Amino acid sequence: MFPITHKRVLSDSVFEMGVHAPKVARKVRAGQFLMLRTDSKGERIPLTFSDWDTTCGEVRFIVMRVGKTTHKLSHLEVGQELADLVGPLGRPTHVGGLGRVAVIGGGVGAAVAYPVARAMCEAGDEVTVVLGARNKDLLVLEDEFRALPLRELVVVTDDGSAGEKGLVTAPLKRLAEADAIDCSFAVGPAIMMKFCAQTAREHGVPCTVSLNPIMVDGTGMCGACRVSVSGKTIFGCVDGPDVDGWGVDWEQLMSRQRVYADLEREADSEYSKGCSCTL
Amino acid sequence: MPERDAAERACVFDEVALGYTEEQALAEAARCIQCKNPTCIEGCPVRIDIKRFIAHIQLREWAEGVAALKERNALPAVCGRVCPQEDQCEKTCVLARKGEPVAIGRLERYLGDYDLACDLEHRCKPVVGEPTGRRVAVVGSGPAGLACAGELRRLGHAVTVFESLHAPGGVLTYGIPEFRLPKQIVTAEVGVLEEMGVELVCDAVVGATYTIDELMGEEGYDAVFIGVGAGLPVFLGIPGENLNGVYSANEFLTRANLMRAYEFPMYDTPIWRGRKVAVVGGGNVAMDAARTALRLGAEEVFLAYRRTEEEMPARREEVHHAREEGVRFEMLCAPTEIRGSDGWVTGLVATRMELGEPDASGRRAPVCVLGSEFGIECDTVISAVGTRANPLLTSTAPDLELNGRGYVITGDDGSTSMPGVFAGGDIVTGSATVILAMGAGKTAALAMDDWLRSRDGVIARPDVR
Ligand SMILES: Cc1cc2nc3c(=O)[nH]c(=O)nc-3n(C[C@H](O)[C@H](O)[C@H](O)COP(=O)(O)OP(=O)(O)OC[C@H]3O[C@@H](n4cnc5c(N)ncnc54)[C@H](O)[C@@H]3O)c2cc1C
Ligand SMILES: Cc1cc2nc3c(=O)[nH]c(=O)nc-3n(C[C@H](O)[C@H](O)[C@H](O)COP(=O)(O)OP(=O)(O)OC[C@H]3O[C@@H](n4cnc5c(N)ncnc54)[C@H](O)[C@@H]3O)c2cc1C
Ligand code: FES
Repeated sequence: MFPITHKRVLSDSVFEMGVHAPKVARKVRAGQFLMLRTDSKGERIPLTFSDWDTTCGEVRFIVMRVGKTTHKLSHLEVGQELADLVGPLGRPTHVGGLGRVAVIGGGVGAAVAYPVARAMCEAGDEVTVVLGARNKDLLVLEDEFRALPLRELVVVTDDGSAGEKGLVTAPLKRLAEADAIDCSFAVGPAIMMKFCAQTAREHGVPCTVSLNPIMVDGTGMCGACRVSVSGKTIFGCVDGPDVDGWGVDWEQLMSRQRVYADLEREADSEYSKGCSCTL
Repeated sequence: MPERDAAERACVFDEVALGYTEEQALAEAARCIQCKNPTCIEGCPVRIDIKRFIAHIQLREWAEGVAALKERNALPAVCGRVCPQEDQCEKTCVLARKGEPVAIGRLERYLGDYDLACDLEHRCKPVVGEPTGRRVAVVGSGPAGLACAGELRRLGHAVTVFESLHAPGGVLTYGIPEFRLPKQIVTAEVGVLEEMGVELVCDAVVGATYTIDELMGEEGYDAVFIGVGAGLPVFLGIPGENLNGVYSANEFLTRANLMRAYEFPMYDTPIWRGRKVAVVGGGNVAMDAARTALRLGAEEVFLAYRRTEEEMPARREEVHHAREEGVRFEMLCAPTEIRGSDGWVTGLVATRMELGEPDASGRRAPVCVLGSEFGIECDTVISAVGTRANPLLTSTAPDLELNGRGYVITGDDGSTSMPGVFAGGDIVTGSATVILAMGAGKTAALAMDDWLRSRDGVIARPDVR
């Protein structure tokens, strides 16, 4: 069992959680993920490490509540336990020697973008962060990003309630047109990554994306996570999650993410019936 | 052996074969003529003293019979259910020459179940040897790892089993369905090992959470056994295989068995329940997938195999059960494309095959019949065409010698190119059988014992061996 050691609410539907997992904590690198199960009937879901501390053996992740498992997770408090937590899985993000890089985090993707941007800064890359959210309330980790030695932090919201009004692709386009970046890294909802990769490509800027296909084991034994990249099928969990965004078959990825949509909705509404929480 | 009725069982996950009653077991054992030269034993990959265990049944000496079995096979309740006896001991049984061989597998299962029905105290447990002060890490908790762990404990070594999934058992847990091997049996067998002092650490991926070097270094293990199986699914390599509704057998069976998706939404993991399901392949894995699909409510399940039933590697009993439950066999049929619309599978395009000259495997090779393409409607395709070695662990152990296909190279005793590191089971042989994996685990355990003792300058103690 894995004791929960930290919990912090970041917005209506987003929270940060810390779990005691010392064997895992000592191996994590930016861009990697974990799989967890809340309880013995639970599903295995992947979440990216947002932070980790080798001295106290804690790993952290930031979760957006979207369905039954993340809902269940939101009800767990410090002192309770997770049934399972395994990791670190996936290949770490490539940092260092990138030159001027734009890191784009959309929605809960900010949770992945944060450790990546931090690792890039530590490795000597010149990092500009574009942080996007639907509105001000969904914007997470802004203070944490401000504390990094970034070249610039650009905040964008769909409704203009914080920072610029618009989509993350606008600042990306601006940076590319001004020849201010050598490469880019985007993480967030698939549709956002698709448009980032497209924008970057139009300007000849390489764009690494951190994919989020549906997973079961996270270790390469089932193939649930397959994605077409440049015409080749890869397993997102072991060959990714980072891949070349230019080559991703986005329509396929988005379609595969929706396979269980009806069943998931059914499960969550069943679970939510007996629950009056706001988070 | 009594079985659940085919129509009744095809929609539930309860075990199909019900096992012998005591009278039936005695009657079957009485058929054994106790040959002077028991050829059945030669057919057993781990040389169980079959003659002796059956003699004990004849005398109703159940506990003695269990002990005789367990000298060679730590998991008789499992092997009695899943071993391909018809190609092993029962094939070489003297009675098979003239008629029906003795049902050795069913008798094995009878004793295995007898043992599991005893309370833990009265169960046949190997005696744990005097502590040697040595610690061994076993990676993977499939049949190979479990057999290795049990044997090492018997020899007095401290053993920790590292398993990447959240539950132990390997294929016994995630692959072979409940209706063929109830999970409670696997749990009980693992319980015996824990009772013997084997420490089990789930959620530990070697190659990620630890490396082999770390296990031998900072984690303080004196030797390591690698029994990680061959779990990487192979896909068909044809257009359309990333459509929704296409599964590897591994994913389909893992969702159903390990994650219990058939009890969704009580269990959280969903599974897509197709109405018309195509399973591609002809082995045990394909049969398990097809029969699982039926139980999930499919109206029609057919199996596409490129050779004929004759060449099908699945156990005869499984083929028989599948057919009885209503699985349709589409033989000499090789899929060439999966068709879809709106991202979902709508059908399969396949070519007719015919059998040509024998190939390297000795079976007649299928060749396509030109212009014979035809379409089959379906909403689910399950690919059960084999698995390969998963590089997750091996890619982080550069000193571990592998063959061209990524499997670990070992000597006959399971030793690898790394001192103190041994391997066995599917990660050495490629997909094989439960009994071979267990045999390899046990052989390696004995070699590891020698290695640990010779390193200490102590000669192996014959009384324990
Ligand atoms: C490598 C990776 C890293 C991720 N990192 C984060 C993160 O840091 N923070 C975060 O909030 N979310 C992250 N996700 C997404 C997160 O895993 C899903 O939101 C979560 O599984 C939803 O589960 P649910 O039961 O709450 O929702 P559901 O109602 O079951 O599903 C909602 C949607 O989530 C996706 N999803 C469902 N089950 C899975 C699954 N087993 N594996 C992957 N996706 C699934 C599907 O697209 C689905 O339509 C990551 C996903 C991947 C693959
Ligand atoms: C669906 C199906 C049906 C079958 N039916 C039969 C049958 O009827 N009869 C028969 O004799 N054989 C059958 N087989 C074959 C048989 O199950 C295998 O040959 C046998 O299980 C191999 O045992 P193993 O211990 O080598 O590997 P596995 O059983 O594969 O166990 C390996 C274990 O190691 C774990 N692991 C993998 N990588 C790591 C890592 N990096 N770190 C930690 N742990 C790891 C895995 O999660 C797994 O639990 C079947 C196989 C399948 C898939
Ligand atoms: S999640 Fe199973 S192979 Fe990637």
